[in-house]
Amino acid sequence: MTHSDTGGTRLDPWLGSYAARAHNMRSSEIRALFAVASRPEVVSLAGGMPFIGGLPLEEIGEMMRRLVVEQGEVALQYGSGQGYEPLREQITQVMALEGIHAHPDDVVVTTGSQQALDLVTKIFIDPGDVILAEAPSYVGALGVFRAHEADVVHVAMDEDGLVPEALESTLTEVVTSGRRVKFLYTVPNFHNPGGVTLSLERRPRILEICRRFGVLVLEDNPYGLLGFDAEPLPALRSMDEEGVIYLGSFSKTFAPGFRVGWALAPHAVREKLVLASEAAVLCPSNASQMAISSYLEHHDWQGQIKKFREQYRERRDAMISALEEFMPEASWNVPDGGFYVWVTLPDGLDAKSMLPRAVTARVAYVPGTAFYFDGSGASHMRLSYCYPTPERIKEGVRRLAGVMDAEMETIRIFGSGAHEPSSTVEFPSPDVT
Amino acid sequence: MKVMILAGGLSHERDVSIRSGRRVREELEDRGIKAKVHDVDTALLPILRSLEDTVVWPLLHGVSGEDGSIQALLELVDVPFVGTGSREARVAWVKPVAKAVFARAGVSTPDYVTLPQSLFREVGAKHVLSAILSKFTLPLMIKPARGGSALGVSLVTEKASLSQAMVHCFAYGDMALIEQAIPGTEVAVSVIGHGDKASALPGVEIVCDGPYDYDARYNPGRVEYFAPARLDADQASAVATAALAVHRTMGLRDLSRIDMILDSEGVAQVIDINIAPGMTETSLFPQAVEASGHELGELYAQLVEGAFRR
Repeated sequence: MTHSDTGGTRLDPWLGSYAARAHNMRSSEIRALFAVASRPEVVSLAGGMPFIGGLPLEEIGEMMRRLVVEQGEVALQYGSGQGYEPLREQITQVMALEGIHAHPDDVVVTTGSQQALDLVTKIFIDPGDVILAEAPSYVGALGVFRAHEADVVHVAMDEDGLVPEALESTLTEVVTSGRRVKFLYTVPNFHNPGGVTLSLERRPRILEICRRFGVLVLEDNPYGLLGFDAEPLPALRSMDEEGVIYLGSFSKTFAPGFRVGWALAPHAVREKLVLASEAAVLCPSNASQMAISSYLEHHDWQGQIKKFREQYRERRDAMISALEEFMPEASWNVPDGGFYVWVTLPDGLDAKSMLPRAVTARVAYVPGTAFYFDGSGASHMRLSYCYPTPERIKEGVRRLAGVMDAEMETIRIFGSGAHEPSSTVEFPSPDVT
Repeated sequence: MKVMILAGGLSHERDVSIRSGRRVREELEDRGIKAKVHDVDTALLPILRSLEDTVVWPLLHGVSGEDGSIQALLELVDVPFVGTGSREARVAWVKPVAKAVFARAGVSTPDYVTLPQSLFREVGAKHVLSAILSKFTLPLMIKPARGGSALGVSLVTEKASLSQAMVHCFAYGDMALIEQAIPGTEVAVSVIGHGDKASALPGVEIVCDGPYDYDARYNPGRVEYFAPARLDADQASAVATAALAVHRTMGLRDLSRIDMILDSEGVAQVIDINIAPGMTETSLFPQAVEASGHELGELYAQLVEGAFRR
């Protein structure tokens, strides 16, 4: 144990060596509470974990066995820093479903789209640069932006997604203040956590505004193929090849365990992404990429996505029905796809303050504060319906209603001003992103 | 002899418990003692019934782990275990009850009142808060009557914050302990053994930037620890005497950690008892063991062997 000049110890011999950005990296009691969420007694409406049970696991197992036996010397070896070429070709076919025409050379395969997000941020963001993001925004993205010392400014959304007028006014305000906006980060389809989708009408308007201000668009689209009813909307990238970097993922359409995502970027950006990726990981996993490539080639992956859609639709319906039955005082959106419902609590309730009570009641959710850069959003919560069964979803919402009732009782006793807005920014663990 | 460590559970302190369990297992295995970590679940009871030559070490923090429940289960199935028995644990777990017991034995403790949330509803929060502020002077410590790891705990320095502190406390339980905050030196004294054979390890002094909350306890950096505490002979004697008095009066066994404030008059004011103290990288018990010159693994081995022989 290293002792200081005072004779005491802070139990960290490297305390004086950390970069300034690391000082805000802290676990909190809220993060610790999520350790309980993994227990079977707890109905977790927190995690964005896909329903893996819906996959044909025996077939996938056989596929992977054959991969190792027949191509093991390649699959288990280092590969290309840009990614396995056949998979890059197949990725262009996946993206074509959302109107994107791309060349495999412009695809950079990454270790999950989370890594792609990190790489784009790394190559574009200097400390203090501004990133615009929807209000609320994906917690994993906020974590990346924070780690790179960006300043995130939120832009309002409504039931049709990002509001163009709000985008324009926010850009004007930030630029007028002398700050540099590097990119707009958006999850246009079945937003995490908001559940909404950017309407077709607004898409070219958003692009035009960003083009006019010289701001890149970072389009993060893990859920685009998981709409319940309509065909996928054309991606932003399909409308603007030079102004949009597109991030895609197999985590929701296949399985997150493979950790395969990608970035589709204009040529010059792509070159830098490859260099940055090689510096970070040398190369993405050949085994994972070849497994996915084999899956795309030999299995009815589009049929599987259709099955997922129905499974998630059933779960969404269970959640909405349960909310209507047990929590009529709250309000929420009804998503047309994806994994999440964004709930607004009755006045005075604080989703973050309620979490310990929820853990006692054996139900978990993610407080809205996780999805705002400044930790606001306490009157909201994100509920995930992707993983639990419909029966468990109903039970979870029932328990949550009890928690809400107990909290409302506390508000009645002590008054609504008794919850102080939290200034602590939370870093939820990966299994609740 | 083998060791089964119970860690995890369903309390708010599950994360701390898992980390404690992992560290204890590593120390025991380094000493050549086979140890496994097991969570508390539906498979536990059949496993306990099937154990042979095994001692259990419950390292569950919070409810079920420190309130006597798991100890009662182990006593029901006659499995030897490390730590305090179920009846004594149940008394120690409820802070106001524990305070009343050891105060009667002459141990000093800050003045306090215990109030359930229901009382605030029935009588009116405004009136109860006013009564609290009339009786006590600021600052106050507000804490759940049952709990640990500083969860739900607030230091109230302004009247306007009292209501919020009560709300924060009641998020973790329905009973609040409102305690006079005492300025002084915060010292944690770990005790090992039982009855007359109990001995106090050197105190660990805690100097914290801001409140000694969950973040301060489990994230290195904000707290400076002095082990042994920077106390003169009289002060060291005062804290050790207080800790031993609590440990013996409460009937605690094998190990405990007694937290106290050494006030400006040199009186050790006991504020908390822990019968399953944390064993993580930042925890106070392991620091006390190292300050005493013992090796951690050696002490852990003595504890399990002692429990096994009982």
